[in-house]
Amino acid sequence: MTGNGSIDLSFWQLAAAYIFIVLLLIIVKIRGIDREKEILVSSVRMTLQLILVGYILAYVFKHSHPLYTIGITAIMLIFSVYNIYKRTKAPLSGEMKKIIAVSMVTGTVASLGYFILVVLCVSPWYDPMYVIPIAGMIIGNAMTGISLGVNHLLDGMSSKRHLVEGALILGATPKVASKPIVNQAFDAAMLPTINSMVGMGIVFLPGMMTGQILGGASPVVAIEYQIAIMLGIVGSVSLSVILFVQLGYRTFFNSRSQMKG
Amino acid sequence: MFVLHHVKYKDILDIDHLDIPSGQITCIVGESGSGKTTLLKLLNHLISCDEGEIWVNDVPISECDPIELRRNVVMLTQSPTIFKGSVRDNLQIGLEFSGKPAASEHDLLEALEKVHLRKELDKDAESLSGGEKQRLALARVLLMEPSALLLDEPSSALDEDTAQFVMEKLAEYVRPRQKTMIMVTHSKDLVAAFADHVIEVSKGQVIAREAV
Repeated sequence: MTGNGSIDLSFWQLAAAYIFIVLLLIIVKIRGIDREKEILVSSVRMTLQLILVGYILAYVFKHSHPLYTIGITAIMLIFSVYNIYKRTKAPLSGEMKKIIAVSMVTGTVASLGYFILVVLCVSPWYDPMYVIPIAGMIIGNAMTGISLGVNHLLDGMSSKRHLVEGALILGATPKVASKPIVNQAFDAAMLPTINSMVGMGIVFLPGMMTGQILGGASPVVAIEYQIAIMLGIVGSVSLSVILFVQLGYRTFFNSRSQMKG
Repeated sequence: MFVLHHVKYKDILDIDHLDIPSGQITCIVGESGSGKTTLLKLLNHLISCDEGEIWVNDVPISECDPIELRRNVVMLTQSPTIFKGSVRDNLQIGLEFSGKPAASEHDLLEALEKVHLRKELDKDAESLSGGEKQRLALARVLLMEPSALLLDEPSSALDEDTAQFVMEKLAEYVRPRQKTMIMVTHSKDLVAAFADHVIEVSKGQVIAREAV
């Protein structure tokens, strides 16, 4: 047990949890699914990455400094932007890549700033114990939202090109002509966040809340934090995605309001 | 109304000079793939030419507001876009796109009458046949009251009698109002009956232009 009442895992206890990876490997082997290598690599990566992050966070928490907090948040943002590029099925134009980066950074930094300074009133504002985990959740969810938004926008502009052109030839502005596609992309990007709010507390206990409870916090305090962070996530996803779709659709048109390509 | 000078578009069109008068009916004829539709798209400014210049009422098209231009020079494609919704929605949407006030029930029915389409306004537009959709799209264009109509084979999905009726109604509509109508067609009968000017296009070039 630790001082706050949670069970401190020993090396062997943690190692025992890897039985689930062995179980997965046995299943894919028996089913003849060629996935063993990926499972092993992902397990090793997950373990190494988390150990590394654990040590980094321990160091940063101990030697709290605004530059550390800003640096780690920036690294998370850079990785999330690259992850969106990688997850997109169709090739992205340079202009679209810039818009993804701008939307991601603006949406998440604005909502993170509001959350840290106004909702939680964290002091000092760069306290890594609060800022880094919350930034991780906000950035991670915004990344998923923008990824979905990008794929739906690209897919809609390609499969419904005739509808957009059909509206343009009747004198519609690019904004009006692409409105149904933009709305659909926004809706698809927001849906997982909305669904997770519906199931929260009944279908599943969210990771942060579970972590806090296991760490010895009162469930009521954990729930308060979870509600607040969920609202922060809704804010960051909606802000990042609306910025992205509003700027993103413009990349499909030239200055003469014609569709490119 | 339109003047084209040394206009080139990819390897589809190469027009040295073309003058299309305003307030008259001009028919564009030529074999399939000769660049007729591309010519209409250039005039609607849905695409821009690679070389040369197009003038619209003596103003270079590159200096016109593209949205305002398309609201005045409306194009009807050969397979017109039908939007999700009823016949009424599809009629009103052209006005909505062009920023004009919605039409009254009476105006909507009158527009349908002009194109010989007797359908309830609440009917689902998707359930119409190809020819009916073509006429619905034509009625939508008429409601917008543009100064020029660019029609890409507007009678291709219509039987001969309906085509004749609709064209008569169209001519009755455009002539007294001094509107410009440019129509791509394969029908010699329609050309003979309604054209003031005929432009013949072949392999991307204008090979003949004559007043009828």
